[in-house]
Amino acid sequence: MAIAAPHHPAPQSGPRTAGPSAGYDHLRALEAESLHIMREVVAEFERPVMLYSIGKDSSVLLRLAQKAFYPGPIPFPLLHVDTTYKFREMIEFRDNYVKEIGARLIVHTNTEAIADGTQPFLVGTQRCCGALKTKSLLDALEAGGFDAAFGGARRDEERSRAKERIFSLRDASGQWDPKNQRPELWQLLNSRIHHGESIRVFPLSNWTEIDVWSYIHAESIPVVPLYFAREREVVVRGESLISLEQPFVPLLPGERPQRITCRMRSLGCSPCTGAVRSEADTVPKIIEELIATKNSERQLRVIDHDQDGSMELKKREGYF
Amino acid sequence: MPGLLRICTAGSVDDGKSTLIGRLLYDSRSVYEDQVHSVQKASRNRTAGPIDFSLFTDGLKAEREQGITIDVAYRYFATARRKFILADTPGHEQYTRNMATGASTADLAILLVDARNGVRVQSRRHAHIARLLGIKDYVLAVNKMDLVEFDRTVFEDVVEEFDRILPDANLHAIPLSALHGDNVITRSERTPWFEGASLLEFLETVEVERTALSRPFRLPVQLVMRPDQDFRGYAGQIVSGSVAPGDLVTVWPSGRASRVKRIVTWDGDLSIAHAGMSVTLTLEDEIDISRGDLIAIGDIEVGQRFKAEVVWMDERPLDPGRVYLMKHTTRTVTAEVDHGLVLNQIGSVTISTTRPIVFDRYAENRGTGSFILIDRSTNFTAGAGMITDPIRERSPIVTKPSAAERLARIARGAPTEAEAIAGVKKALEDLLS
Repeated sequence: MAIAAPHHPAPQSGPRTAGPSAGYDHLRALEAESLHIMREVVAEFERPVMLYSIGKDSSVLLRLAQKAFYPGPIPFPLLHVDTTYKFREMIEFRDNYVKEIGARLIVHTNTEAIADGTQPFLVGTQRCCGALKTKSLLDALEAGGFDAAFGGARRDEERSRAKERIFSLRDASGQWDPKNQRPELWQLLNSRIHHGESIRVFPLSNWTEIDVWSYIHAESIPVVPLYFAREREVVVRGESLISLEQPFVPLLPGERPQRITCRMRSLGCSPCTGAVRSEADTVPKIIEELIATKNSERQLRVIDHDQDGSMELKKREGYF
Repeated sequence: MPGLLRICTAGSVDDGKSTLIGRLLYDSRSVYEDQVHSVQKASRNRTAGPIDFSLFTDGLKAEREQGITIDVAYRYFATARRKFILADTPGHEQYTRNMATGASTADLAILLVDARNGVRVQSRRHAHIARLLGIKDYVLAVNKMDLVEFDRTVFEDVVEEFDRILPDANLHAIPLSALHGDNVITRSERTPWFEGASLLEFLETVEVERTALSRPFRLPVQLVMRPDQDFRGYAGQIVSGSVAPGDLVTVWPSGRASRVKRIVTWDGDLSIAHAGMSVTLTLEDEIDISRGDLIAIGDIEVGQRFKAEVVWMDERPLDPGRVYLMKHTTRTVTAEVDHGLVLNQIGSVTISTTRPIVFDRYAENRGTGSFILIDRSTNFTAGAGMITDPIRERSPIVTKPSAAERLARIARGAPTEAEAIAGVKKALEDLLS
């Protein structure tokens, strides 16, 4: 899994033009493809922005952006749609890391909906996501006049995402029409949009969850500590472990807090993101666990299961 | 490890392609348990057996309702020996467009045939498209062998016919039952006469022809990096060949030469860089280089007219009276095509561009021989093209359209009056600058 170390390109055998076909590491190939995508966007769009969700995929996206435009700085701002229900560790990590690498961060919250009392246990997850994530995202994109938004979504995450393009066209209201997608051939990305339209760009389209962790390991990329196992106070709800280390989660009748060694596989809002029982407290242990595991990472994201085909519906409405 | 293998699949409706891929993912443990549960739940009302494997791949709700696959879906799986990216392309209407899309990035194609039906017209079309897109390695998967009692002669008849359809290809034929799993992951006892590898064994070990590394160096410039006064670098992904500091390179279309000074990356400077890598080059000399230029070693074609095979992907037919945008490497130019094509038609055409492009024949170089045509009014990616031959003008001065004619073409080709005015204005500015 190792990425070739700086200043030491892959060893050569035979004539120079034969190239390192067998040893060419697939992470290097994925990285090069992602860099190509990011550079095309910066070359062909006027106001790109990177959606920064603080999760592991965002961490990888950020590293790729640093690489794509080196020796220059990242030529676009980061946008975090803050629902205010994120884990405290996520916000701390965000603020420190963004400052450390010198990126520009925009934080957007749908304050109106928050003031109206929008929260998952009161209005249900569908309405809550709609107001605090989808609408908030669309508002922030419009306010910034952004015509291209990078996201960390991968095609291996969920069925409807398997058909997503690298450049995903959105209409003037930010919505996705799966029946009207442009074919993407070779490395030729079509950047033409009409006034008011925008694109979502997915540089990690061809990465898998294991690729992401392998890259984090190979590149020593910092991630939020919530991904690593430790004992946490949780409540067991169905098959999910919901963390109680946040003020947002009310106990239901008959529920009692427990201390369980667990970790997050995917980071969302704390009331809707379950932890998994795990002993994996390092990146290599996480990779080992993933190879052995049989459940997909979005299983514990309550919002994917609130109705049949729910991710596709959210995407159509403008969610990533 | 033989590295990453990119695969595309093709088959007619009901050949069982989605079932085969679902089976491949399921049996290689590349689907997760919760996905299996949700598929088992959804399978109850359907008739394809205990688990309907096609549900793993038919992603969109509309397709699940209609029971058909309507778009290209990408699937990822890995074994201890190799990683795979699989483009699953549908077999019904629109298959030409979708198959061309899937095949454009594939190293290998799996062609699926129903043993009961033998080689049909559509199978020939699939093979033709894959071959046109430059695929050299094929798996011929003869499926539903259980429905012909695993009859060896049925299998051999299909293979013989495909040998005639793809005479120059590396063809590996496998008798299968996707539904029951015969010869998918392991060799089946029900085909004792078959000596070859199972599908997965073959995919894990096949060495495909990757020509990009052995071709001359080509780097289309994506971005000019100027973070400060002292640094001027040219960023792009190497399409073919390799490059090292000190190499003499030519910048096209200007034709000016220089030497590579540094290969700059975030991980440090490199002493050599290869096809597939995204790098930034600096040169010894100060040359005017912008996005869309090509840095190359060796002979290359530069011109404004060439012959190409075009796959038409838009419901609006290709109109020879209109001007299209042509994106080729990182350069976008306006282009005219000499005759029309309709949706899913493939044709040999002659293309004229307003500005020169720098290219190779597609057969020699996928990266510098391919292009897309974009409809200027809808912005749809309407055509995909593969350059077959340059047209070298004997006297370019005579055949090159006059400035007035070029302006007239731009005006004629614009969908609206406003765009015509804007286009002519821009062209005039370019002309006078």
